[in-house]
Amino acid sequence: MTAFVVRRILVNIVVFILIGIGVFLLVRAAPGDPVRMMIPPADLQEGSEAFIESRRAELGLDDPVLVQYGRWFLDAVTGDLGSSFISRAPVSELLIERLGPTVLLMSTALAISLLIAIPLGIVAAVRRNTGVDYAAAALSLGVISVPSFFLGIVAIYIFSLQLGWLPSAGMSSPGDGTGGDILRHLIMPAAILGLASAGPLTRYVRGSLIDELSADYVRTAEAKGAAPGRVVARHALRNSLIPLITIVMINIPQMLAGAVVLEQVFAWPGMGQLAVRAVSQQDYPVIVGFALYVAALVLICNLLADIAYAVVDPRVKVT
Amino acid sequence: MSDLRPSLDTPEVAAAEEVVAAETTGTAPRSRRRSPAAMAVRRFRRNKIAVFGAVVLLLIVLLAVFAPLIAQQSPTAVDLGEIRQPPSSEHWLGTDASGRDVFARVVYAARVSLLVGIVAALLAVLFGTIVGAVAGLFGGWLDTVLMRTADMMLSFPPIVIIIVLAGILGPSIPILILSIAVTTWPTTARLVRGVTLAVREREYLHAARVAGASRGWLLRKHIVPAAMGQIVVVGTIAVAGAILSEAVLSFLGLGVQPPQASWGNMLNDAQSLTVIQSMPWLWLPPGLAIAATVLSVNFVGDGLRDAVDPRQSGRS
Amino acid sequence: MENTEPLLVIDELAVEFRTDEGVVKAVDGASFTIDRGEIVGVVGESGSGKSVTAMSILGLVKSGRRAGGTIRFRGRDLGELAGKELRTIRGAEIAMIFQDPMTALNPVVTVGKQIVEALRLHDRKLSKDAARDRAIELLALVGMPDAAARFKQYPHEFSGGMRQRAMIAMAIANGPSLLIADEPTTALDVTIQAQVLDLLRVAQQETQAATLLITHDLGVVAELADRVVVMYAGRVVEQGDVTTVFTAPRHPYTVGLLESLPRLDRDVDELHPIPGSPPSLLAPPPGCPFHPRCPLARDRCRTERPELRVVGNGTAVHRTACHFAEELAAVPTEVTR
Repeated sequence: MTAFVVRRILVNIVVFILIGIGVFLLVRAAPGDPVRMMIPPADLQEGSEAFIESRRAELGLDDPVLVQYGRWFLDAVTGDLGSSFISRAPVSELLIERLGPTVLLMSTALAISLLIAIPLGIVAAVRRNTGVDYAAAALSLGVISVPSFFLGIVAIYIFSLQLGWLPSAGMSSPGDGTGGDILRHLIMPAAILGLASAGPLTRYVRGSLIDELSADYVRTAEAKGAAPGRVVARHALRNSLIPLITIVMINIPQMLAGAVVLEQVFAWPGMGQLAVRAVSQQDYPVIVGFALYVAALVLICNLLADIAYAVVDPRVKVT
Repeated sequence: MSDLRPSLDTPEVAAAEEVVAAETTGTAPRSRRRSPAAMAVRRFRRNKIAVFGAVVLLLIVLLAVFAPLIAQQSPTAVDLGEIRQPPSSEHWLGTDASGRDVFARVVYAARVSLLVGIVAALLAVLFGTIVGAVAGLFGGWLDTVLMRTADMMLSFPPIVIIIVLAGILGPSIPILILSIAVTTWPTTARLVRGVTLAVREREYLHAARVAGASRGWLLRKHIVPAAMGQIVVVGTIAVAGAILSEAVLSFLGLGVQPPQASWGNMLNDAQSLTVIQSMPWLWLPPGLAIAATVLSVNFVGDGLRDAVDPRQSGRS
Repeated sequence: MENTEPLLVIDELAVEFRTDEGVVKAVDGASFTIDRGEIVGVVGESGSGKSVTAMSILGLVKSGRRAGGTIRFRGRDLGELAGKELRTIRGAEIAMIFQDPMTALNPVVTVGKQIVEALRLHDRKLSKDAARDRAIELLALVGMPDAAARFKQYPHEFSGGMRQRAMIAMAIANGPSLLIADEPTTALDVTIQAQVLDLLRVAQQETQAATLLITHDLGVVAELADRVVVMYAGRVVEQGDVTTVFTAPRHPYTVGLLESLPRLDRDVDELHPIPGSPPSLLAPPPGCPFHPRCPLARDRCRTERPELRVVGNGTAVHRTACHFAEELAAVPTEVTR
C-alpha cells in the first residue's frame, strides 16, 4: 500500500513538472516579448528599449530555454511565482488569500450536490421509469445544458432583485461578516454550483445502483429474506457508493471550473475571480500561478481518488 | 490515470467493443436483416424527445443560415440615440448599451455559436480519432503515452484550460476553437482506441489475410466504420460542450469580442444589477438561446446514443 | 389436511419474459412435487426452464411474469403471499444456494456478517454475539478450517469452493425445510465439485431439509438425488425415481441425455450428443416440443402435445410426456444399454 502511494506520488510529481514545462513554453509562445510582458503596458515609454535589453541579460533570457525553465521552476516550487504586474503583490500571496473563499464555496457546493445526487439517484434507480426517474433525468440534462452563469443571473433577478431575500454580490456585507451574513452570501452561488454538479452525479448514482441491483449478491440477499429497503441500503448501495468516492474526487476539478464562472457572477472573492481579472488584464504571472495551482489541485484529487479507491474497496489489493 | 479505479466513460468503451463484436460476427439478433445504421435511424425516429431536439436544432441552424433574411436590422449598427430601449415594434427585443438591435444580435450570434461548436467538435473528433487509432494500432509505449495524456487532459477542467490558453494567447475565435478542441479530443481518442483494439482482436482471430494488410487499410475499412456510430454520438455531445464553453468564455470577456455578437458576450452586459433588474431583454433572450441550443443538441446526442447502442440506454 | 400434501407442489407453472422479439415462455406448464426430506434433481439443458422454475419458488424472477399455475409450500400458495409474508419464508423455511459463488456473495461485506444477517433477519431476538458464535459454528460445520478467522474475511479472500461452503452455511443457517440448490457445482473445479456435493449431502442430513437440486449434470443427480425431474423447453418431460428413470427412461429426450453422457465403461467415440438444438421459446414447435430432434417422431408428435402420464408398472410413480413411451420400453437394452 505504501509503495503504491509513493509510486503514485512520484508519477504525479513528474506529471506536474511536465505541466510546468507546458505552461512555461506556452507563456514563451505567447505573442510579445517576455520582458515586455513583465512590464505593464502602461509603463512602456519611449526609450524603454535600452532598459528592456539590459533586463533581458539581467533576467538570463539569453540563456538556453531549459536553463531558464529550471530557474523558473525552482522559484515556483519554493513558492516564488513572481509578482503581479498590476498590484505588484507576490502571486502566491494573492492566490492564497483567495483560496479560502473558493474552498468554502466549493465544499458547500459539493455537500449540496451530494445531498441532491445520492437520494435522487437512489430513488431514480429504485423507481426506474417512473415520474421521479424522468424528473431526475430531466434535471441532469437541464443542469448540464443551461449555463450556470445564466442560472446565476436569473437567481439574482429573482432572489435578490425581485424578492430581496439574498445579497447578489460579495462574500459579506460591509461592516458585517458574521457567519450568518457569509452564509446568506454563500447560498446562491453554492446552490447553483451544487446543482450543476449534481446532474452528472445523479446519473452516476442511478446507473451504478441499477447495475448493482441486478447483481447476483442482491438476489442472494433477497433469498435470505431481506426487505427491499435493506437490500438497497445494506447491499447494493454500499457497492455503488465505493466508486462514487472516486467519481466525486475526479469531479472536484470540474467543480472548480464552475466556481471560476460563478465567482464572476456573484463577485465572490475567490481564485476564479482573481484569475479572470488577471486574464483580462494580461497579468501573466498571476495566470501562470493560477494554472499551477489548478494543476496541483487536479493531481492531488487524482491521487486521492486512487488512494480512496484502494483503501475503501476491500477487493482492491495493491502492493 | 490509474488502471484500477472506475471511470465514468469506461463502460462506453466496453460497450463499443461489444457492439463491434456483435455486429461483425452477426450474433446480434437485431442487426441481422437491416444494417446497423438503418436500425439506428429507426430507433432514433421513435425517440420523441430526440426528434423534438432535432427539430429545434434544425430551426436554430436555419436561423443562423438565414440570419440576414430574418433579422432586418444590422447586429452591429450603433445608434447612440436609441440605447437600452425596451422591446418595440421596431426593435423586437429592444436595444443594447450601444443602441444595437438585440434581436438581430441574438440571430446573428447563432452563427458564431454554431460555428465554434461544430468546428471545435469536428477538430476534436478528427484529432481524437487519429490519436485513438494510432494508440490502438501501434500499442506499446506509444499507446501508454497517448492514453495517459488523454486521461490527464480529461481530468483537467476544460474551462480552466481554455481560460489559461485564451489568457496567454489572447482572445480570438480561432484560439477559442483550438482550445476547446484541445480539451475535447481525449473522449474520442479513448473511444476509438477501444474500437481499434476490438477490431484488431477480431481481425487477427478471424482473418489471416489481414496480417498483410496495412494499418491505413484497417483504419479506413474497419475501425472508422465500426466506430462511426459512437463517434457521431461523442461528436454531438462535444458540440453541446463546445457551445457552452464558447458562451462561458465570451461571457467572461475572453472569447468572442464585441462588436461581433455572441450569446455569451451579450450576457456579459448583464453583470450590472441595473441591467439585470430593469433590462431583462438584454440578458434573457441570449441566455434562453444558449439553453435551448445546448439542450436540443444534448437531446439529439442522447437520442443518438440510445439509437446507436440500445443497451446503453438505461431506460428502455 | 396439510400433512397429506407433499412439502412443495408445483402445478402447471408458467413463467413468461417479454422481450423485444416477443414473449418467451421460459416455463410452460411445469408440474412436480417434493416430499419432506427428499432430494429431487431437476435436469435439462440450459434454457429448459429449470433455473427459472427454481427462482419462481421464492419469487426471485425479476423481469419475468407468472403467467399461470401455482406453487404451494406447506399448503400455502407462495404466489399469493404478500412481500412481507414471503420474506419470512425466504431464507428461513426455504433457502437457496446459487450457481456462482464468485458473484453470489456481497463483495464488500465480510462473509461472517452475511451469515449473521441471514440469522438475524429471521430471529430478531438473537444477539449479535450469539449470532456471531452461531455463524462461526456453521462455518465450521461446512468444513471451513479456522472458521473464526474466516468469519472476518471478505469473499474475495476465499477460493471458489470455500465461497460455496459459505453459501451453504448461510443457506442452512435457519434450518430450512426446503433447500434449493441452483447448479451448486457448475462454476467450480472438478475436484472441488465432489467436495461440495459431499457437503450438500452432509448438510441435507444435518437439516433433514428436502432438497431441490437444479443441474445439467446427470452424474450429480445420480449421486445425490432420490427422484429426478427432466425438463425440456419449459416443460417436465419425464419424472420418477432416479434408478427407474436412469435405467429405463421412457422419454427419448432422457434417452438422448443419457447417451450423451461420457462413461468410463464406454469408448469416447460412442458418445452420442443429441442432434439439433433446443427449440426457440419465442415460437415453440407445435405438438411435442422435442419432435424436431426426436428419432421416434411421427405425425402425431407434430400436432398433439403429449401430456405427462404414468408409465411402467413399478411401485414408484414414473411419468413421461411421450406418445410412444412404450416403444422405448420395448427396446430397453438397445437404447439404454
